Amino acid sequence: MVKNNPIKFSIKNLNAWFGSLHVLKAINLEIYANEILSIIGPANSGKSTFLRTLNRLNELYPGFKMTGSVFYGGEDIQKIEAEVLRKRVGTVFALPLPLPLSIADNVAYGAKIHGIKDKKKLEEITEESLKKAFLWEEVKDRLNESAFKLSGGQQQRLCIARTLAVKPEVILFDEPCSGLDPISTAKVEETMFVLKREYTIVLVTNNVKQAARVGDKTAFFLSGELIEFDITEKIFTAPSDQRTDGYIRGEFG
Amino acid sequence: MTRNPYRTEKIAFFFLFLATLLIVVPVGLIVVIIIQKGLPAINWQFISDMPRNGMRSGGIFPAIAGTVYLVLGAVIFALPIGVLAAIYLSEYARENLLTRIIKLAIVNLAGVPSVVYGLFGLALFVVFFKFGASILSGSLTLGIMILPIIITASREAMESVPQTFREVSLSLGASKWQTIRHIVLPNAIPGIITGTILGIGRAAGETAPILFTVAAFYLPRLPKSIFDQVMALPYHLYVISTQVPNVEEKIRYGTALVLLAMVLITNLAAIVIRYKFRKKKKW
Amino acid sequence: MRKFKEFFLEKLIFICGLASILFVLLIFFFLLKEGLSVFKTVSPLKFIMGRNWYPISEPPQLGIFPLILGSFIVTIGAVVISVPVGVACAVYIAEIAPPKIKEILKAGIELLAAIPSVVLGFIGMVTLVPWVKHIFGLPTGLTALSGSIMLAFMAMPTIVSIAEDALYAIPKSYKEGALALGATHWQSIWRVLLPAASSGILAAVMLGIGRVIGETMAVMMITGNAAVIPHTLLVPVRTLTATIAAEMGEAVVGSQHYFALFAIGIVLFAISFAINVTADLFLHKDK
Repeated sequence: MVKNNPIKFSIKNLNAWFGSLHVLKAINLEIYANEILSIIGPANSGKSTFLRTLNRLNELYPGFKMTGSVFYGGEDIQKIEAEVLRKRVGTVFALPLPLPLSIADNVAYGAKIHGIKDKKKLEEITEESLKKAFLWEEVKDRLNESAFKLSGGQQQRLCIARTLAVKPEVILFDEPCSGLDPISTAKVEETMFVLKREYTIVLVTNNVKQAARVGDKTAFFLSGELIEFDITEKIFTAPSDQRTDGYIRGEFG
Repeated sequence: MTRNPYRTEKIAFFFLFLATLLIVVPVGLIVVIIIQKGLPAINWQFISDMPRNGMRSGGIFPAIAGTVYLVLGAVIFALPIGVLAAIYLSEYARENLLTRIIKLAIVNLAGVPSVVYGLFGLALFVVFFKFGASILSGSLTLGIMILPIIITASREAMESVPQTFREVSLSLGASKWQTIRHIVLPNAIPGIITGTILGIGRAAGETAPILFTVAAFYLPRLPKSIFDQVMALPYHLYVISTQVPNVEEKIRYGTALVLLAMVLITNLAAIVIRYKFRKKKKW
Repeated sequence: MRKFKEFFLEKLIFICGLASILFVLLIFFFLLKEGLSVFKTVSPLKFIMGRNWYPISEPPQLGIFPLILGSFIVTIGAVVISVPVGVACAVYIAEIAPPKIKEILKAGIELLAAIPSVVLGFIGMVTLVPWVKHIFGLPTGLTALSGSIMLAFMAMPTIVSIAEDALYAIPKSYKEGALALGATHWQSIWRVLLPAASSGILAAVMLGIGRVIGETMAVMMITGNAAVIPHTLLVPVRTLTATIAAEMGEAVVGSQHYFALFAIGIVLFAISFAINVTADLFLHKDK
């Protein structure tokens, strides 16, 4: 038996719909602190929707409803204010989505929102976050340039830095490398690896190899169901479900 | 006889072209005529002096100042309401009956004849609220009239801000209002400014809404408070064109030119701002 | 504290969102409040069908039929001129003009929309009116025809821009399909594009009519303002809008005359309401 870290998220019988479309079916899952959980599965298997329920981002879409419950640190997330929850549970989206601000202002945005006004303090947070995202050296001389001038990989690391600047406890990565080249991907993966010492990470990816590389645990989703959830090594060497085996061997995708 | 489709096309296109000329050429002519005949009247005295001799000589300063006051008042009233209404429609409203009714109300507000605005202003502000014929009554009437212009332009500007920016901001723990304040509004400002300037142009040129709510026939001094009447440029042009005999043609054209210039310069400013920001747009 | 501020702001936003409805209702209410009083002395039928408008005679005769006819005849004239010319111009801009020319033409149309109506009225007085007088050998050029021509001109920006939008919104594949079948460009416009855009063009025409009926200053300055029943386009007429604008200044608040002018306002409001709602239906028909 492997020693488990404390439980961060506990998902109990989660069902979700967009309109009449049943996108998540009776999900039960536990997410442990300071680990990377990879969620794999083909397109439209509900993995991104699952990720977005963790910090209540799905609520932004009309027609979304859910049943069951998600506990964050033992507390029902529906009872936590959305803003507080999202501050603790940050998201890095599939595409690099810089805000139309300068590089520095992108990173400082969240901190400013959460009430930090002192300029010195903001600069410190910006530098620290950019360093953690391994972007500082590349941008330190051009902090006031528009974030749109960065390359795609740099933009994605900027988005990671922006999420870190809010000082979250959990970071949700929603296919963060889907638009990136292999070198940028490697850098982002390296970043995640370092980050897991301080943060809990949930990574949605449709790149099976990426899940194998970075995940401590792996969950396999198919058509809105959680098919299998185990230690990454186990999933990739001796999956207990045939469908998991088929998916990771590339039989369908 | 067989018809040659290519000849038909040539003839048809010729008539389409002719129709276009029929609209555009007179526009050009009107502007040229007013400039040509109005320019000789324009000098510093004409712009900065009081009218004299029953408006047959002197300047048009109080009319210019009156129009500026009225337009300022209208914008002070309409801009906050218009922008907040646009925020409601773009950020809060759902697809439901209420939203449909609001949109229909805006369309109707934009279509109400200007003289009906005049009647409304008279009944509500002048008589019911007892503001009298005053800058306040006139500005409020003009403000309601330009409200749909400001709402529509601001809403379009806000809706063109990509949804993903809002999502990013919310995902960082920002509240809805913080997201609007820090992400949506700053990126919608060029559109809001453009809409406001178009509203200013419209308010500056309208006569019917101010006829019974503020405009003075002849009042060669500046107002002391918002409860005073003022002269206004469009009404002044109407007065010296139809109500006062023996006004020199030069003065009429000169007044028309000043009014036209004010309106066209505001419109031009709107176009320039729109163009500049579109080029600077970052996404 | 922040929560409280945001709660307050969001309520304010909601209230401002409703402001447009409030203002439409206020306009309607105050027109009714002041206008309905006239029907204490004149029956609605007599008001609308009455042939004599002598508001300051004793007792006043308040029949607006000549004014309705005045608005009607000027509007018909304007529509006959502006619809074909305006739609043709929209087609030219949307389909034929090269990009650069297109920008210039659109700027020209926008320019026309920006010119204040009192300026157009003034220009009409000093140019159009003498021409009409001269060409038709009339005692005065201040006629319904002058009004129609000027109003047709003023309705152009509305008609052209909305019709052009309607044409622009037609999927490119429609036109390409027609061209692929060997139609000439003109045939594809005439047989495919115009029918496909018909509801948008109809909306353009209706909003143009709304603009014409509501126009006040230019009409007042060049139609001669005679409140008599017109039999041709070549006589002076007086429209509903011009009547209000010209007479409200002299009407005593609370008099029959004052109430009657508000009642005319009700008629105008009702017409513009009907036109705008219908045009809106046409514009959203396909969406």
